[in-house]
Amino acid sequence: MDTTTTTTAVPAETADGAVRTGLLIIGASQSGVQLAVSLRALGFDEHITLLGEEDHRPYQRPALSKEFLQGTVESESLIFRSNQYWEDHNVALVKGERIERIDKEADGSGVAHAASGAEFRFRRLALTVGARARRLQVPGADLAGVVYLRNADDALALKAQLGGVQDAVVIGGGFIGLEAASSLHKMGKNVTVLEYGPRLIGRAVGEETSEYFLTAHRGRGLDIRLNARIQELVPADGGGRVAGVGLEGGTVVPAQLVLVGIGVVPNTELGEQLGLEVDNGIVVDRHALASDGTTVAVGDVANMPNPLPGSPEGERIRLESVNNAIEHAKVAAYSLMGRREDYAGIPWFWSNQADLKLQIAGLTLGYDQTVVRRDEERGKFSVLYYRGGQIIAADCVNAPLDFMAVKNALAKGQNIPAEAAADPAVVLKTIATDG
Amino acid sequence: MPTVHFTDAEGAVRDVEGNPGDSVMETAVRNGVPGIVAECGGSLSCATCHVFVREDTLDQLPEMEEMEDEMLYGTAVDREDNSRLSCQLKLCEGQDMYVSTPETQV
Ligand SMILES: Cc1cc2nc3c(=O)[nH]c(=O)nc-3n(C[C@H](O)[C@H](O)[C@H](O)COP(=O)(O)OP(=O)(O)OC[C@H]3O[C@@H](n4cnc5c(N)ncnc54)[C@H](O)[C@@H]3O)c2cc1C
Ligand code: FES
Repeated sequence: MDTTTTTTAVPAETADGAVRTGLLIIGASQSGVQLAVSLRALGFDEHITLLGEEDHRPYQRPALSKEFLQGTVESESLIFRSNQYWEDHNVALVKGERIERIDKEADGSGVAHAASGAEFRFRRLALTVGARARRLQVPGADLAGVVYLRNADDALALKAQLGGVQDAVVIGGGFIGLEAASSLHKMGKNVTVLEYGPRLIGRAVGEETSEYFLTAHRGRGLDIRLNARIQELVPADGGGRVAGVGLEGGTVVPAQLVLVGIGVVPNTELGEQLGLEVDNGIVVDRHALASDGTTVAVGDVANMPNPLPGSPEGERIRLESVNNAIEHAKVAAYSLMGRREDYAGIPWFWSNQADLKLQIAGLTLGYDQTVVRRDEERGKFSVLYYRGGQIIAADCVNAPLDFMAVKNALAKGQNIPAEAAADPAVVLKTIATDG
Repeated sequence: MPTVHFTDAEGAVRDVEGNPGDSVMETAVRNGVPGIVAECGGSLSCATCHVFVREDTLDQLPEMEEMEDEMLYGTAVDREDNSRLSCQLKLCEGQDMYVSTPETQV
């Protein structure tokens, strides 16, 4: 994330000036980095080019809405690997190149064309192109002071604008929105969160958890409005800068900064151009292989069979998490080595919002029963999710013991009987049962 | 510069120089020390940065917070009295660290 130039191993050039490389990984973030690292650990001996359009060394995104925004960590500590590491492992890092078009042969090899005119030859291709922030579609959405938070440049731009800001509006009450809202509030801003839906984080957690966060955040000073209908973003007098958010009915919430966190859109364009099957992401099989049988697609961009053991045949999901990017990349690395490993595991996720540490184990897809464990005194709260009597997931707030117990039980194929789990004094680990 | 001495489960030692203020976890991950996974990048959420600290250096370390203590009950290899999460251990000028990594983190 700094501006110092990276020394990259320079790949051999062919007579026509194109760069020759064994594996070309497009997208140098969580999944691309893990793919390169896992391949080298497995003994992959061909050249690897890890290419991305951002002008930064590959970095970790989660802190952008949390510690980095709050200024409690340095940009340097977000960097995945030292330059020395990439050099030692013969991985050529290419920054600041955006691939616009790919020509691919039936054997999986081809040439990728960058917007700069540079060409990158490859024998095998990996698409780890992730997702981008969904854009807000209302009048005024292009005013200055309206920002998104997907990458380092977004975060740097956001930080640079904070100086004169008193009132901030966050549009979207999902993970990114609530994390950023909590960070901005901690930095002394008046923060209003406008959520379109009837509850917070509705896409990822159940009603009990939504309710818990609503009460907790309101109690900590966030102004949260559910079912909010935004009509327009209102400019300041005569200027191109935002001054407020206009709601249906005429209310205007003042804001010198509007942060939009309304979800992401997978970057499927290259997959489409290659003729790969695309459906809310690039469709892959259990081995992270796309429909052409040679290209791997990994992480936020991939629509994959539900990896949770025991999930119904044919159920598909696209996951947006660090854990998924890492584990999915490991499976893709095996595929590129010619070995077929199934992607199966217990997905997990975390989100830190103010002093609320949320950890989620498993996937709630298809749940039919919940058990709530509440320990007001110690500020702990968990919701356990069941499908046909079997535990499938848990949301745990400041309750790492519950999280760990559920994650481990799921990994071992165990159950945590709902009836016994309902007593918050019971240590979950002690009631896990086989089968 | 402080040095972290990593001993893996097979007994192989690797010495890595780090910067004061960085954590033991960051020092390991950036340089590709294999025994530490650190999925959550140091936000005390994953417990995949578990290390055993050399007993005679334990008292030089800051006390554990409750969160770290609870997380340590969920490590892949069971905790011992000298267990810590390495993302919570910061390097200081003039203080070398001696840690062993468990057989597995996940
Ligand atoms: C602010 C924020 C906070 C988050 N917090 C958490 C958290 O607490 N816990 C958690 O588990 N997850 C969190 N996530 C999600 C997590 O960061 C993502 O799931 C993860 O980054 C996905 O990795 P990826 O490599 O698949 O995709 P991405 O990280 O999206 O990376 C894709 C890369 O490909 C590049 N690219 C795309 N198209 C092209 C092209 N045509 N040519 C060249 N390069 C291209 C992009 O520039 C990008 O760098 C957070 C995300 C954000 C943005
Ligand atoms: S890196 Fe995740 S808990 Fe230490």
